[in-house]
Formats: sequence, structure tokens, C-alpha cells
Amino acid sequence: MQHYSGFGLFKHSLSHHENWQRAWRNPTPKKKYDVIIVGGGGHGLATAYYLAKQFGVTNVAVIEKGYLGGGNTARNTTIVRSNYLWDEAAHLYEHAMKLWEGLSQDLNYNVMFSQRGVLNLGHTLQDMRDIERRVNANRLNGVDGEVLDPQQIKEIVPHMDCSENTRYPIMGASWQPRGGVARHDAVAWGFARGADSHGVDLIQQTEVTDLIIEDGTVVGVKTNRYGDIKADRVGCVVAGNSSVLAKKAGFELPLESHPLQALVSEPIKPVLDTVVMSNHVHGYVSQSDKGDLVIGAGIDGYNGYGQRGSFPTIEHTVQAIVELFPMFSRVRMNRQWGGIVDTCPDACPIISDTPVKNLFFNCGWGTGGFKATPGSGNVFAASLAKGEMHELAKPFSMFRFHDGALIDEHGAAGVAH
Amino acid sequence: MTQKNRLQSGGRIDRSKPLTFTYNGKKFNGFLGDTLASAMLANGIDIVGRSFKYSRPRGIVAAGAEEPNAVLQLGATEATQVPNVRATQQELFNGLVSSSTNGWPSVETDLMGTIGKMGGSMMPPGFYYKTFMYPKSLWDTYESMIRKAAGLGRSPLESDPDTYDKINQHCDVLVVGGGPAGLSAALTAARSGARVIFADEQNEFGGSLLSSKETLNGAPASEWVNAVVEELRGYDNVMLLPRSTVNGYHDHNFLTIHERCTDHIADIAPAGQARQRLHRVRAKWVVLATGAHERPLVFANNDVPGCMVANAVSTYINRYGVAPGNELVLMTTNDSGYQAALDWHDAGRKVVAIVDTRQNPKGDRVEASRQRGLNLITGSAVIEVQGSKRVSGVSVAPISADGNKVTGSVSKLSADTVASSGGWSPVIHLSCHTGSRPVWNDDVVGFLPGPTVQKQLTAGAINGSYSTSTALFEGLNAGLKAVAEVGLSASEVMLPKAEEVNEGAPMTLFHIPHLKPTSQAPKQFVDYQTDVTAAGIEVACREGYESIEHVKRYTAMGFGTDQGKLGNINGMAVAAKALNKTIPETGTTIFRPNYTPVSFGAIAGRDCGALFDPERYSAMHKWHVARGAKFEDVGQWKRPWYFPKPGESMKEALNRECLATRESVGILDASTLGKIDIQGKDAREFLGRVYTNAWAKLAVGKCRYGLMCGEDGMVFDDGVTSCLGENHFLMTTTTGGAARVLEWLELYHQTEWPEMEVYFNTVTDHWSTLTISGPNSRKLLAELTDCDLSNENFAFMDWKQTTVAGVPARVFRISFTGECSYEINVQANYGMHVWEKLFEHGEKFNLTPYGTETMHILRAEKGFIIAGQDTDGSVHPFDLGMGWCVAQKKPFSYIGKRGMAREDCVREDRKQLVGLKTTDPKVVLPEGAQGVLDPKAPIPMPMVGHITSSYWSANLDRSIAMGFVKGGLNKMGEKVFYPLADGTVVEAEICSPIFLDPKGERQNV
Amino acid sequence: MFHIYCPHCAEYREEEEFHASGQAHIARPLDPEACSDKEWGEYLYFRKNPRGIHHELWVHAAGCRKFFNITRDTQTYEIKEVYKIGEQPSVVAQSGNSK
Repeated sequence: MQHYSGFGLFKHSLSHHENWQRAWRNPTPKKKYDVIIVGGGGHGLATAYYLAKQFGVTNVAVIEKGYLGGGNTARNTTIVRSNYLWDEAAHLYEHAMKLWEGLSQDLNYNVMFSQRGVLNLGHTLQDMRDIERRVNANRLNGVDGEVLDPQQIKEIVPHMDCSENTRYPIMGASWQPRGGVARHDAVAWGFARGADSHGVDLIQQTEVTDLIIEDGTVVGVKTNRYGDIKADRVGCVVAGNSSVLAKKAGFELPLESHPLQALVSEPIKPVLDTVVMSNHVHGYVSQSDKGDLVIGAGIDGYNGYGQRGSFPTIEHTVQAIVELFPMFSRVRMNRQWGGIVDTCPDACPIISDTPVKNLFFNCGWGTGGFKATPGSGNVFAASLAKGEMHELAKPFSMFRFHDGALIDEHGAAGVAH
Repeated sequence: MTQKNRLQSGGRIDRSKPLTFTYNGKKFNGFLGDTLASAMLANGIDIVGRSFKYSRPRGIVAAGAEEPNAVLQLGATEATQVPNVRATQQELFNGLVSSSTNGWPSVETDLMGTIGKMGGSMMPPGFYYKTFMYPKSLWDTYESMIRKAAGLGRSPLESDPDTYDKINQHCDVLVVGGGPAGLSAALTAARSGARVIFADEQNEFGGSLLSSKETLNGAPASEWVNAVVEELRGYDNVMLLPRSTVNGYHDHNFLTIHERCTDHIADIAPAGQARQRLHRVRAKWVVLATGAHERPLVFANNDVPGCMVANAVSTYINRYGVAPGNELVLMTTNDSGYQAALDWHDAGRKVVAIVDTRQNPKGDRVEASRQRGLNLITGSAVIEVQGSKRVSGVSVAPISADGNKVTGSVSKLSADTVASSGGWSPVIHLSCHTGSRPVWNDDVVGFLPGPTVQKQLTAGAINGSYSTSTALFEGLNAGLKAVAEVGLSASEVMLPKAEEVNEGAPMTLFHIPHLKPTSQAPKQFVDYQTDVTAAGIEVACREGYESIEHVKRYTAMGFGTDQGKLGNINGMAVAAKALNKTIPETGTTIFRPNYTPVSFGAIAGRDCGALFDPERYSAMHKWHVARGAKFEDVGQWKRPWYFPKPGESMKEALNRECLATRESVGILDASTLGKIDIQGKDAREFLGRVYTNAWAKLAVGKCRYGLMCGEDGMVFDDGVTSCLGENHFLMTTTTGGAARVLEWLELYHQTEWPEMEVYFNTVTDHWSTLTISGPNSRKLLAELTDCDLSNENFAFMDWKQTTVAGVPARVFRISFTGECSYEINVQANYGMHVWEKLFEHGEKFNLTPYGTETMHILRAEKGFIIAGQDTDGSVHPFDLGMGWCVAQKKPFSYIGKRGMAREDCVREDRKQLVGLKTTDPKVVLPEGAQGVLDPKAPIPMPMVGHITSSYWSANLDRSIAMGFVKGGLNKMGEKVFYPLADGTVVEAEICSPIFLDPKGERQNV
Repeated sequence: MFHIYCPHCAEYREEEEFHASGQAHIARPLDPEACSDKEWGEYLYFRKNPRGIHHELWVHAAGCRKFFNITRDTQTYEIKEVYKIGEQPSVVAQSGNSK
């Protein structure tokens, strides 16, 4: 792999950037792999990367029906945090956070992980009780965080209306300084380049049309371009398509796929240095390094695979942002888009074995997938390498919906994931 | 300043109405009818900005929504600042204040430009992914430098003084775009009597006809336009919306139109007027007549000010009376581009050369150019531009027939303006918004609208039909089709006769070759605003970013405020060439709303501040306000939180309220509790199915507390339901849960048990609920009612229909405080009357109003839960120690029963709600504190549960708390430790949550 | 934003008046006690979630408060039909539910 650095950049500029190597190959798939990952989004690519790099499983293919990182990886609002309420979720997301903290160097690809801090605002007494509960749990779980009062919030976000004059005055917030944002596309590309350099085949523009299952065991996949490809184990990481693929394997998942919308303003000079999230007024906002205000909302209530939602959701979100930041009223919204999020009844993911032997699913991240990318890939890789679920993944089994051991993160997840 | 580029005559400006404006602190003049851009060009302002990445000077290149460079800061005051206004779309008004957004110390002499020149070669696409990684510790510093370069304009720092309106509209036909196609579609639909909304982003209708000299019926086209608009104006069934951009096309033919009502008058709206309006339109049919944008060509240094799109040159001359230079070189791949040179020449300026990339161009405009004696250089291209702050000349060279390489020697021409035309791209943005993928068309050399499920028609240039006559004809047809679809009969429309112009075949060419390979040639810009070059796209492709989405994301192409209106197709062409693919093989380009940016204020409308969410008040709200109550938001309700007396702290007020209630009598406004009237012969059975406890035997006149669970067995609401008659019940719910509970009841009735005869209605707002509580409550009530209040006649959990203070009332003897307590329900509009009467009579009992906080303390003293505070969706009744409220023998398997029997729900070590007494009685545990059994355990510490409710109890003179502890119900007397954020650890003992009057004697007196 | 015909009001109204309430035709088991944990879990949580034709339950929350069913394409968002509770859809997915 060609090493990236400032010096390298300088060297390449002397040859007019004509000698850059491909970031990843464009291989023809082999007949058989140890592991096939279906889905070349951030989670799938991270899984492949850690499989090859950390667990020594290099005979791996990632099969992607479109282009790498083209699903929700390319459509989220790039927020990273780990301040989840329940132990199981906090440990998983904090595992991801620790990986985020060294990811650019590990991948030799700058994913621009920017720990500018995340505020989760509280607007009611019950919000504040929930915030206290969560921050206390975080602290004892080794996740950084503190509870701030409106004065302290004002110091961090001077332009936000922290006065008593709003419909739902800000009463306080949780503050996770290690939280922040990352450059979403770069995460997918960095993992792709890393996986490729360890021998993983990245097969783009190839759709897995079916799973080949013999005697209750998966033995490979059917593709639209390369026919059957065999595999000892198959991991499906196909956010926005999980139920469709599960149906092919003969089972249902406790998922509903909903539109999740986001929008950006035109780029403006920096005015907001942190991530501000509010479950109560339903909106969240950060400012990218390009200057766009990146704004997200809650999911639309209906099932939808159309990568678009309904306009009132956008309106309500913008109302929330203008309520929090009245001066943004004259700033202009540039673009909106939608992703497809697979939501679980308890707002926690599924990282699980399935009724089919050697078939594993990693799905149901709802609105919280991006921030978990390295952690999700890491524990899924560990599980695929050994054929049994990693300790951190065990609580996220799909079978928890049978025995009732749900991990209800609706409070912490809320709208603003 | 003189307007050196202003023509003596012509154009749609009013030379009798001069206006002044300010740009970068200098005053300039323009005329009514100018855009800011045309006025700037008239004044010879070449540089309007500095580019994002390389800080290169940039000038105006286009005349409409596709303009990438002239993006300015507007606003005379701090509060009226607007960032990123496209000068080509901003009408000039007197006193307009504008400035460029980048450049230091000024846009003319920008020091960053020097750095951009030197460092530019170090900034290929994706350079930041490849660097700033080492040492890791410096990333924050690197990022703050990157961030300094962010953004174009700036946000105002003060609140917006303007208001914004929304308007909901329905119509038969929405016609989008006021050019020839839109005009004929609108006219056809209007004459048939259809309800028509006709919207155009510009200040006047006419579209392309406004910027050309062409004729209709042998007269200037504007005469026909005026006649049509006048006719449309006369119809009641037509709404004309100029200055209104249809910016979003959503499902089921819902569209949003952003109307700028006053932005052409001043930067603040006149008093009483909304600055902008957002029309939310449901259209039966939509006619998209959105036209096309001309593509510039990609050639070396094509961003030097003075380089423009050919059609923009014509627009400035014909519409605004501005010739934006003196010596023009036109480069074109097609006939339509020639019009710029013809107009330039006819405006009396010098056409240096027409450089046609085609070997042998033929067509009417080519002939017209020859007739005018213009210097026509064929089979050639402008391969490079000279100049830095303004074009000074061009290099012209012959190119191969396929347009891929330079084939001959270079000659230099002197010029100050370079117009280019690479053909047209249909404006298909709106058709993409609902998920329809556009389809490449080789004949049009562009993407056309794809198949759609929307009731959408298209007409004119959006279909690649570029001649005026075809546009008129397609508009007519679209209008006829729409009219027929909505069931109206068409009236006759005679189309005007347009000039027929014969055109030769265009050449498919996007990227002009240079003597050097693209990687070594001077920068050839594809997307001006994001500084994406052809070389940059080639680097991206070389590195494996092959899908057009990868290319766009890696290079940022199309991510500017213009969303790549000029550059996207050119970029796809460059990528296709680099990958040896066709354009459609590299992918399609999908557009999302908005077509052009929309103020957040317009999207928010009036729904901010107090109107962000409706505020709900009880009938006694004014009294509470007058008494200085502090309020708590509960759902949409404003509930009194506590009633401090002057000078009193919150704690003092609560202590006083708590003591007064237990010692004498307190009063709570409980009107906000949800109330659902339930009737029908199966009402009783229904209650038994939705509550966990038994309802079969509840007698008329009796009340009962009930717990409501989901099918998962988890508690989601609770409240008291009273039997008003054999088949008539009144259910109360939590304040925040009322709507959800009603929908829940309806869901089960309508979908699962429709055979049951039962009816539900919300009556929350019908009643005021005044709760008096405390040992003197009976005495107080006795003064206002004739009802026999004796314990024998009116026992705990009874209710009576009676009269209180002369008003019919339902009085419920139920208690959330553990005291003798009466909930007096009267018709809501009598609430204040009864409230005041109670105070008249209550003075001698020290009747004390209290709010939600004292309510919380008093109930916690009794161990009563609050659903939503002591529950979180993950606890079932047994977890709450409320197994007594769960029937085991009900014949019907009520909602929740099966759920709470699942494997995980019957674990011994579930978290269970218990009372907690701190070892130090003065210490009040914070709500949300997390308990551990071993406070010295290393992080991560195993936690056993959190504190849900915690208070100082003045009645008990100690702190009390409720919280969850794993297996807590079997751990009475054991210790739990609460490590707090400040490093201290609070020790507490597990106890019963009933801290006061465990036998419940006080409520039964 | 959807334009939804309420079969009870017999009018088209805006989506803002309605709530989506998930997959339609999920009947509560008649004898819950006879269900295994797995069966109960499947009733509670497991859903078809198709890409394409989907039958879903909606309620006219800010209108008549009546529930009804919609057959809708989850990809194009076209509403194919609305029908009352107790009725069966006339538009169903071809061979499975994938499009």
C-alpha cells in the first residue's frame, strides 16, 4: 500500500499527481472465500478490514451492489458519540470510540475525526433526570461526560438561545467532550483501502441475488454478475435491505425500514464548534469543516425504501433549529436527502447468528450506525473469524426478541442519534 | 462611478429609475430592472469573489440560478445579513449593501491567492485524507486551520427581524417555469377553467424570451408574453407567482414554492409584510417547463474573470442593456452559441473571433455571422486563457475531429471576454426529487426526466426541445393533457408563430484539449465554486474512485450552493473519458431538494417561539400566574411547579407546601390529567383487557387504580378509573400520556375486538380538576357542598355527583398524597369560580396551593409511582413491587399478561423499585444517581440500578428516595452506594418505598 | 408528504392528520398463554418489512380517529388502495415481496 503523508503529497505534486496508485483494486471474484461480507458500506468494509488485519482471515470478499460506502455511510450526519445509557450499548459504542481515536493513523487515511464535543440538551425536568441517569451510568462505565447548566452551555455554544424566552427553555445538557464528527465518506474509503491492502477482494456493482443454503447451512451466495460464489461463512451488513435479504434466507427480522432525513445549509463561516442535539425539540446540528450546518431529524413514521421522507419532518426540524438558533433564520437550506434506516423495537442493533448456520447478520442500527462503524466492524469480524459471537456482541442477538432481554435505548437514542 | 458597460438603449431596465448600491464599501449605480449581477457588470466590476480552495479571482459567468461565483453577502444591518446570495438572482434595490465573501485583505488583492498559487499543486482532490495525520496530536491544530477557510458568507449574529408565512394550496395544474412552454401550458389550462398556479423564479414571466431578440408573430416576443400574462391575470382560477421558485417536488404531487415577497424592495420587509412565503401545494397535475442551462466548456484557465457562458452574454445585452466587455472571443460546439456573438456585434462591440470546434459548421446563425463579417475559426478551440484578474487574451488551436487533441499550432488573440457554449443541460432537478432516475439521451447530449409515478408532464427545453416553436407546442400539449386528466374540456389556443432557425448538428464535446496533458496543463475548471478541475477528476479516477458518486464525493464536485448546475455533466464527461466509459456508464446524477437554497425562516414559518408548540393552560392558569407560580412543561401543558412567596427559595416553598398539606389542607390544579369517557355495554370487559387488575366487580360510585401495560408486559401508563354507571366509566391517564392511551384503546377496539360495544371520547378539556388534600379537606369542602361527606357515606375510593360552590360537580375521594383528599371535577369554565370559592373559605384552614413538585414529594412519601419517572418502558408491575395490581385469575388474557411471563421477565435479579434511605438523613441523593454494591470496584463498575425519585421530606425531616436495585425486593436493609460526579459516595439502605403512614390510615379518616 | 384517502371520512387529507401504525393484519393470538416465548416475540416484534407492496395500518389521528389499512409501495410510495379493518387487500405483491 502506498503510504499517505504530507511529504508524499509533495513528491506527487512534482509529478503532477500522475503516479497515485489505486486506493483499492477492482478484482474478479474467486470461486470460494473463507468469508463473504454482503454489503460494502462502512460496517461491512470495517468488518473486512479487521477480519484481515486483526484476525488474519484474508480470504475475504466484500460484495456490494452499488458503490462502496454508497448507502447510509454516505447519508448520515457524521456524529460520533458513545454516551449510551445501558451497559451493553455503552460498552459497544465506547469500544467504537476508542477505535475512532486512532483510526486515521491505523488506516493511514485521514477520516477527519474531530472530537469537538457533543451536547444533548434537556428541556424538561424529566429530560434532566434522564440526562443525570445517563451521565452517571456513563461515568461508572468509563465513558466521559458531565451534566452542564445553561450558563455552561452558553459558554460552549454562545449563539444558542439559552434564555428563558423560548417555548421549551434549555434546562441543561449532557456533554461528551470526546464525541464529535468524522468525514463519513473517508471512513468507508479508508477501511476499503485498508482491507484491500490486506488482500480482501472488494467486488462492486454486484448484487447478491440469493443465499445458497444447504441443510440449514449457508454455503455461498448467488450474484447477478459472477454467478455462485462459495463461502464458509457469510456476514450480511446491508442496512436498508436487511429484511429483504433475511427473507431470502427464510426468516424474518424484528426490523422496520424507515426514511431518515437530513439537510445542510449553504456553507457559512464557522459559528458552531460543537454538536448540539435535542431530543425534545427534535433536531440536531453541527457545522462541517466546509462550513455547512449539518442538520438531522427524527425518522418518518412509515416504512420506506425510497431514500426520501415527508416534508413536514423537514419543516419541524428546521423549526427546532431556528428555535434553538434564531439567527439562523436567514441562513439558507441548500440540500436535503434521506437514508433508509432499519430500526429495532429497542433502538439497539442486531449483531447476531441466525437460524441459518454460518450466516450472520449485523443490522438494525437505526439512526445510530455511523458512530459505531469501527466497533461494529471489529466485533462482527471477531465473531465471523471464530464462528461465535464476540462478548460485546452477545447481548445484541436477534433472539433477545424472543426471551425479552431488550436493551431499551429509546431514551438515549431518541430522535437524535 | 459611470456604468461603463451599459448600452445606450435596449433591455428591460428602466433608465429613468436609477438606483444606488454598495459593493465592498463602494457606491455604484444601476437601474430598476437590474439584477445585482447586471449592475455589477454594468459598472465593470470584474472580481466578485475568491475561490474556495485556491483563492483564485472569480467573475460572473452566468445570469441565473446556475451562477457559481457571484455569491455575495447581503444586508445593511447585522440582523438583516443574508449569506451566499446569488447576485444573478438578486434584484437591485436602492440602498442595497453587498460584499464579497472571501479574500484578505480584499477580494482584489488577496494574499491567500498567492498561497493558492504556490500550494495549489499540493491540493489534489482528497489531499486532506492523505495528510494532517502525523503527529496525531497536531490534528486539532490542523483542523482549526482547515476550518478557518470554511464557508462563504456569514450568518447574522442577531435574531431575524422578519416574519415568514406559509400558505397551503390546492390546484388542478401547477405550471413550473414561465418561458414559452410554461406560458402556453398555463394559458391552455387557464382557458379551460382549471385552477392553475403558475410559478416562475424570476421577477417577470417570459423565461428565455426575455433575453433574446426573437419575434413571435413577427413582433417582439415580449408583446405576446405581455398579452398572455395580462389574460392570465384576468382569470379568477389562476394564481400567478413571480419571484417564486418551485424548490421541492415531493410524493403524491406535493410541491413547495418559495416566494420572495419583499427581497426586491429592501433587505428588511416593510412593516406588516412577510419577507417570504412558502406555498405548500397539492397539485393534481404538474407541468414542468423548467428549461435548460447552457454548459460552459472546460478549458485551461476558464475561470479568469471575463469567461462566461455564451447565453449569459446575450442575456446581459438583451435583457439588461449591459455588454460585459469590449472584445469577445466565442467558443462553441453548436449553433446556439453563435447568438452571443451576434448580439455582441449588434451591441456595437468587437467580436474578435468565433471559434467553432466543428470542422464545418452550417446553420442560420453561422450564416448570419458570416454575413456580418465576423471572424469564424472552425475546427478549433480556445485551449487556454491569458490574464489573471480579467481575461487579456486567448490561445486558439486547431483540434482533432473527435475533440481529443490539439492538432496544429497555437495562435494568440487579444480579448477581454470569452464566451463558451458546450450545449445545453435540461433542468431536470424537480423530476428527480421523487426518486425518478434521469435517462441519458445521446441526441440531446444530456439527461432527460426519467419515468415517474407522479402526475407529472414536461414541456420544452426540459425535454431537450430547444426551439421556441417546439416549446410552445409541447406546452400546449401538456396543458391539454392536464386539462383532460382533471376532467375539463379544453378551449382553443392559437400558438404564435415563432421564427424558424435552422441549426447544424452540434458536436459532443465537453473538455477542450490542451498541448499538455490535463495533469500538467493550467487548471481547467469543471466546478467553479468547489474548485474542481478536470485534472482533479482524472486523479480521482486514477485512484479508483470510479463511480460518479465517488468522483463527486472525492472531489466535492456538485457540493456547492449551485449544486453543480453548470459543472456536473462536464464532470461526468471528464470522468467518463478518463475511465474509457460512456457518461451513463459512470452513473446518473440525482438532484435533491432544494432547487435553489431556501431561508430556514421560510421553512420554519411562524412556528417558532410561542408557536413552536401550542401551550395548553388550565382554566385557573391566570390565577397561578398572578400568584407567582413557577411553571413546569409537561407535554404541551404549562403546569404550576411550585408557588414561591416573595423572597422564598424553592426549597422553602416546597417545605411550606408539603407541611401545610399534611397539617391542614393543600390544593392542586390537576386539570391536566388525561380524562377519557368510556361507555357501552362492553366497557367493563374492555377495561379488564387493557388494565392488569380486575374490573368485573367495580360498583357504580366506586373508583379503582389501574396499571396499563403493553403487550410486552411493561408498564406504560396508570391512573384511576371510576364507575359512573353500569356501562359508563371515566378513565384518567397521566398528563403526558393522554393522547397515546386514547389511541391505544381505539387501536385494540377497532382492530382486535370490534365486536365489543364500547365508545371512547377524550374529555380532558371539559373538566377542571381541583384536588384538595389534607386533614382539613373535608371541613373545607363541607362549607361549599350539601353532600354528606362523612366517611360512612362517602368513603375513600367513592365518588359522588353533587354541587360544589353552586356548580354541578363530580367529586372523587381518591388520593395521591395519602391524605383525605377530594378531586373536585367541574365543567371547565366553572373551574376558576370554584377555585376562588375554595380560597375564600380556605383561608382559615391555611389552604395552600401547591404544584407538581410538592405533588411529587407527597406521593413519594407514600411510595406511589409516577409513570414515566419511576418507569421507563423496561419495567413490569412486579418490578415495581405492584404485583397486587396484577390479576391472576381474569379469564381473558389481558394486555401485558403474556409479555411479563417471558423468560427474561421472570429473572430473580431484575431491577426492582424500592425505597432508599440515605445513611445521613440530611443528604438528598440526586435523581439519576447510579447505585453500586462495591464503591471501590474499578471502572467499569457493575451498577445495580438508578435513583428515579428523590426529595427532601419536610414531613419526615429527612431525605427519601425511590430507585431500582437488582433483586432489591429481597434485599431490605442492605446497603447500596452511589458514587457521585463530585467524587463523594452516598450510602443508602434499601427499605420499603412507603415512608409515611404505611397502613394507609390517613386517607381513610 | 402523502395524500391519503380516509375511507371513513371519504376524503383525501394530508399525511399530517395521520399516524402510521406499522404492518397491517397482525392478529393478536387468541390464546396468548399457549404461545411460546418465541411465538410471542414474533407476534410482538418480527415484521415483513418488504421493499415493494406493503399492507400497513394507519390511523386518522387528527381526524375521525379511525384505523384503516393502506396498500402502499414502500419504494415508490404510491398508495395502491385503502380498505377498512376486517377487509382484505385486493392488491398484493407478485411472487414474494421483492420488486
